[in-house]
Amino acid sequence: MKPLNDAEALSLIKESITQIIPDADFTLVEPDDKFRDVLELDSLDFLSLVELLSERVGVRIGEEDYPDLTTLSDTTRFLVERTGQGS
Amino acid sequence: MTAFTMPSLGADMDEGLLQEWLVSPGDRVHKGDVMAVVETDKAAIEVECFESGTVGRLLVEPGTRVPVGTPLALIEDQAVPDVRAGVSGGPVTAGAERVPAWSAEPTGEAVLNKALTRAAADQAPAARHQRPAPRKKAARKPEATPEPALAASRKEPTDEHVPAPPKPSGGADSVIGAGPLVRHLAVLRGVDLTTLHGTGRGGRITRADVEHAQPPLAPRVRATPYARRLAQDLGVDLAAVRGTGDGGAVRAADVRTAMRTLAGGRGSGPERPDRGPLNGDQHPDAAARRDSRPEDRTDTMRRAIADLMSRSKREIPHYYLSTTIDLTAADDWLRRVNRARTPADRLVPAALLLKAAAVAAREVPALNGYWQNGGFVPASEINVGIAVSLRQGGLLAPVIHNADTLPPDALMTRLKELVQRARRGRLRGSEMAGATLTVTSLGDQGVEAVFGVIHPPQVALVGFGAVVERPWAAGGMLGVRPVVTATLAADHRATDGAVGARYLTAVDRLLQRPEEL
Repeated sequence: MKPLNDAEALSLIKESITQIIPDADFTLVEPDDKFRDVLELDSLDFLSLVELLSERVGVRIGEEDYPDLTTLSDTTRFLVERTGQGS
Repeated sequence: MTAFTMPSLGADMDEGLLQEWLVSPGDRVHKGDVMAVVETDKAAIEVECFESGTVGRLLVEPGTRVPVGTPLALIEDQAVPDVRAGVSGGPVTAGAERVPAWSAEPTGEAVLNKALTRAAADQAPAARHQRPAPRKKAARKPEATPEPALAASRKEPTDEHVPAPPKPSGGADSVIGAGPLVRHLAVLRGVDLTTLHGTGRGGRITRADVEHAQPPLAPRVRATPYARRLAQDLGVDLAAVRGTGDGGAVRAADVRTAMRTLAGGRGSGPERPDRGPLNGDQHPDAAARRDSRPEDRTDTMRRAIADLMSRSKREIPHYYLSTTIDLTAADDWLRRVNRARTPADRLVPAALLLKAAAVAAREVPALNGYWQNGGFVPASEINVGIAVSLRQGGLLAPVIHNADTLPPDALMTRLKELVQRARRGRLRGSEMAGATLTVTSLGDQGVEAVFGVIHPPQVALVGFGAVVERPWAAGGMLGVRPVVTATLAADHRATDGAVGARYLTAVDRLLQRPEEL
């Protein structure tokens, strides 16, 4: 997977969340909000999100990485860093 | 001959609305095949038949509301060997027996061939007279989402259970050379059966034929899954709705707007000119359609919950117990198991908690069963109802049968399926009935404990809160550990606190040995 920039990573995240919660309203989510709380993702939804992200980006996302997937901004940072490392 | 009756899809269900027939007279059906879609106060449920046979007369028209137990159709016994459509198996050698119903119908090869060779006339009139009710409905039903569920629907898990309605002409009519299961599969996959060459006996279309079929090349409308469902419910043609979402995707709001436009001025609406107007008022099943609008659904569901919970609190003297359980062992075990797994195969703590709750019920059977006619009736199986909250409000409690016997992986798979279907698609009748104990988990909503209201006629409800880290004293040492608060709401008529205490203690003990669950 080629390295993602911030904008690409963020739109990937939003797309993935939208697949899980079709009517997710991102105007409600500040970059540093816990999006799971705001958008009401339960643990199964979150697992689906991890699945989608790791498939699309082609990086392994372990459970130990979950704390890095709390807000939109740290999830973006995580994806940018991970995709950057591999190249 | 037996009757296929309106099933009870929950203790609080007195009547149901037959929304749609998925079979026709003459179809051979097998135990577990989906026969019809029934609307309850809470959801549209796919109802399966409980025995194999041939569908006889359909007794109830779509759009009719009938009490639980009312015969909906006749199922005739069959001398037919129990084979799926198209799978090898000799034709019926009727001999002296009466001619099986299906062979009396001009179905099978003749119709299929006609369908395959049909040019402009895309209806099979010969097949019409035998199938009154559902045909009328199928024929009039406005085409909502003609697009196929793409082969790539793996990427869009939310689409797979969105039922595509039969096409207004051709489609459902001409495909009698396939069994109901196969037809249903085709509908789900958006495959036009009339374009298939059956490889089964006598040219019947088999499941494999459908599975291998390329979906038609109709352009796929970009739409959110919820919008898709809504469009289907409201009878709005998605292709004609202007999408305002990302990349022009149709969102639920767009569908509602389109619906309003339709309701306002006919002709100026986004409907395609080559289709008849929506004509909701002229439908004999207009009531059905109206009932299935999400807004109304939310209302009726609210009322259903209100009724059931009021009854519970009126009749059941609840008692409540609570205990905090150290989840270190379970957490470690999960981490170890999940480390080697891809996200798709990982377990969440809820799966383990569920398993523990089910196994503990085996140890304390007095909490697993029903309060009926002034006494407790223990259940022979442990069927756990899972409270699933819906995003538009309300909740459903689909059932995992024999949950105590399923390994955590299987339980996890069932859990995912049920939650997804409860929220996005349709549950099956068998998934709505038979719960002997309910588990609710509000951990994801961020609370630590939930004291539930029992779902009558069950006698207990188990609750789990969030898994949180808390200071924990063990062996004289203070440490930080993951813990969960498990609660029990139980019917004091059936059990006393000591029994409930034994149950929660068992849950705790089981969770200390997760590898044995």
